[in-house]
Amino acid sequence: MATPAATTAQNAEAGRRGDDVRSDCWVRIELSKTGDVDVRLRSKVEIMYGDATRELVRDELNAFGVTSATVEIEDAGALPFVIMARVEAAARRLGIDTGSGCLPDIEPHAQYATERDRFRRSRLYLPGNEPKFMLNAGLHGPDGVILDLEDSVAPAVKDEAQLMVRNALRTLDFAGAERMVRINQGARGLEDLDFIIPHNVHVVLIPKVEDPALVQAVDARIKSLLASNGIEQPVYLMPIVESALGALRAYEIATASPNICALTIGLEDYTADIGTQRTDEGRESFWARCQVVNAARAAGVQPIDTVYSDISNMDGLRESVLEAKSLGFDGKGCIHPRQIQVIHEAFAPAAAELEKARKIVAAFEEAQAKGLAAVSLGSKMIDPPVVKRAQRVVRLAEALGSA
Amino acid sequence: MSQKVELVKNAAGRLVPTMVNGREQTPFQGVGKYTPTAAKTAPPVPTCNDYPRDGNKVVSYVRHEGKGGIVPTQATACDSPIAALKVALKNAGIRDGMRISSHHHFRNGDKVANAVFQAATELGVKDLIWFPSACFPCHAPLIDLLESGVIHHVEGSMNGPIGNYCSTGKMRGLGVLRSHGGRWQAVQDGDVHIDIAVLAAPTCDPFGNANGVNGPSACGGLGFGLVDSIYADHVIAVTDNLVPFPCVPWQIQGNNIDQVVVLDEIGDPSKIVSGTTQLTRSPDRQMIAELAAKFVRAAGIMQDGFSFQAGAGGTALSFAIYLKEYMKEAGIKARFIRGGSTKYLVGMLEEGLTEFILDGQTFDLDGVRSMRDNPHHIHTSPFTSYNWHGKGCFATFVDCVVLGATEVDVNFNANVVTHSDGKLLHGIGGWQNCLASPCTILPIPAVRDRIPVIVDEVTTLVGPGELIDVIVCERGIAINPKRQDLIDATKDSGLPIRKIEEIKAEVDRMCGGPPTKPQLQEKVVAAIKWVDGTVIDCVRAVDA
Repeated sequence: MATPAATTAQNAEAGRRGDDVRSDCWVRIELSKTGDVDVRLRSKVEIMYGDATRELVRDELNAFGVTSATVEIEDAGALPFVIMARVEAAARRLGIDTGSGCLPDIEPHAQYATERDRFRRSRLYLPGNEPKFMLNAGLHGPDGVILDLEDSVAPAVKDEAQLMVRNALRTLDFAGAERMVRINQGARGLEDLDFIIPHNVHVVLIPKVEDPALVQAVDARIKSLLASNGIEQPVYLMPIVESALGALRAYEIATASPNICALTIGLEDYTADIGTQRTDEGRESFWARCQVVNAARAAGVQPIDTVYSDISNMDGLRESVLEAKSLGFDGKGCIHPRQIQVIHEAFAPAAAELEKARKIVAAFEEAQAKGLAAVSLGSKMIDPPVVKRAQRVVRLAEALGSA
Repeated sequence: MSQKVELVKNAAGRLVPTMVNGREQTPFQGVGKYTPTAAKTAPPVPTCNDYPRDGNKVVSYVRHEGKGGIVPTQATACDSPIAALKVALKNAGIRDGMRISSHHHFRNGDKVANAVFQAATELGVKDLIWFPSACFPCHAPLIDLLESGVIHHVEGSMNGPIGNYCSTGKMRGLGVLRSHGGRWQAVQDGDVHIDIAVLAAPTCDPFGNANGVNGPSACGGLGFGLVDSIYADHVIAVTDNLVPFPCVPWQIQGNNIDQVVVLDEIGDPSKIVSGTTQLTRSPDRQMIAELAAKFVRAAGIMQDGFSFQAGAGGTALSFAIYLKEYMKEAGIKARFIRGGSTKYLVGMLEEGLTEFILDGQTFDLDGVRSMRDNPHHIHTSPFTSYNWHGKGCFATFVDCVVLGATEVDVNFNANVVTHSDGKLLHGIGGWQNCLASPCTILPIPAVRDRIPVIVDEVTTLVGPGELIDVIVCERGIAINPKRQDLIDATKDSGLPIRKIEEIKAEVDRMCGGPPTKPQLQEKVVAAIKWVDGTVIDCVRAVDA
């Protein structure tokens, strides 16, 4: 742990303030040579949590080895994990190595595991530096939440977002949703892993993959982080195809690591890369999407479609999901919690499809019970892939029932 | 008068003042326990002989070139609204210490109340008591008159700056907060005597018949001012749209009006009907609204011929939209919807999903249009809907009501007037009266930023927990343990029904522990009345 004497700057700030800011705070730390940690707090929740906040900030700075400083805070109802992330970001900007000096406790509700082949019908993107959107995200019941460090975070605050996402992973209850993080491209993305991996990340989304080697580099860094933290369960990977080259190499990418659980596609970048515009109809991306579906299926991973970004058009979303489903996709991205239910409903099997699937599953179970190798329904023989699909349909229907 | 007041513990365990502004009070005795026996109060006996035989009661008007309407004769032409109001107030015999009332149908667009008290200032009177049905941020200029002594204190729902003023202990008398029904009750049983009522009237004839459905300041109904028109000693109608007799419908009857004043402008239409009727865009609030609607469906409340009330808050509006979808899916029609009407409720009326709207206040222009043109959109007042001294009122048989709250506690008690920091910032409105419904549902967030909404004990008790049946928040639905019938009806619904203590614990944990309580001063600044006129709680001063 560095001492303040080793730092260069004397003051630094982090976080956000202003009338439109909610559930966040702004922090400015000015180091001093003498005196205590003096916390000057202006808070919307002064009466309820003013004293607790001052104590939290003093304890945190002490843990970083800062004993003399003036800390200004403008607090718009930030939760403790948010305040801690902002204080740490400001401290790090002063050159203080905060190490693992002060992490929020990892909550029991943040410690559940995932499975490689769980449903990934909906995944909700959450900007990594915007705590207000994260707090209740799990309550809307997405299959997965993506804490995003990439496109939704401005370059100047990438460092803030790393800490915010880390603290969120330790603190928030995502209610059983798969806990995903989208890292940045390049070296920054590998550095992102240092911040997030030890905190029960289930899936890492890797943007703009064009080369299987990138997936392998991410995988190797994750493995080393898991090993050094003594964590045994794997972190799964979801590469994102977002370019012509990525689309052409989709199968190589999908098979780059055994930890890949799904392959997805990002159409804004893809359409730009092939020199066209994204349309509602989507003719321009039809080939690439089919390519992703086929590559994923061939590799034995889930094909997941892009996001639907018009949050006011629920009918359009429903049609888009039905179309994705018809192409073979298992999931869809979303950017607003109200899209989740629509996605789940649209991925639900139709009544006739479900009835047939239930019959097939029943026939399979009956054959198993009787010790028969072949499954038949009426006079028709049922092949194993058909049984597998039927089982999946029944599970999908059950998942919706419980959603 | 001294504010050093004696406090006693009432049936809800709250310390309440025994005297308020010089009047002895009855502490809250429990829901339905207080039954006063006496005759209703009445205004002085008038004689029609004393009023103009030509029916023209216009006493003053502001000259306005080129504007339509009839030109009053024999009335005093004035250069300003204040001058015109001075004529009427002088005729009414205004003097020190009188109680002046007004209605709040113009909400934040009211231009009459400020002018009335400016006129009173110019007439040199002081220590007036303002008895509005509610006041709004637009009335902030009256704080100067509270300071200067023209107004002694305000008895009425205080939204915003005047509430804040009262809250910090600066007002000379105690604030008295009543529900819409409680205001009617207080006037009827003589707890409150109105000396002069000044009623803004969007359309009016020279005789004083008035309505709110026509004119540039149309606001829909005028029900909040009805009690004032019947019981005040003296009633002045103030309009900017004078029409020849008869002004119909006559929501306010000219037979109760003493004088008519014609101004060039009585309100700001853009603030009378707008603003509050936006659907919520917050995904959490939408989810809460959806859960509330699902609960109403699952509990079997949504059935042919049912009724419900949903106000104009964003979550309540969204509730109505979800319920409408479920009603359409199930082919169910309501007999009536109680509004606060909005375009969404009007849509349900026009699509045949309800047979009637019973409207207490109109929140947007679609509501105004519908009330004017649709015989099934009914103008109501707190007398028909909420009145404690009526021979029944329909609040007790609206099948379910959906209301807001600033705080609730683990015993289902609720607060709508103060925030968790103790500041008095809202009125009661019809909220307390609506609790009489067989099913009261509060769809509210469990936490606002870092402010837990479910607490151990509400800062101010406005609604007793025994009347609050269901709390719907983003973390689940808590049913009052007293309502085993609702618990049974929804136990297999698949809805996230949870114990309120469990939700509270979850939120407290998220916020970093239960919130510290505000340090309230000893000083009492306002009394909170229950619907029967007893004192259910009081508000203490907070630091400015």
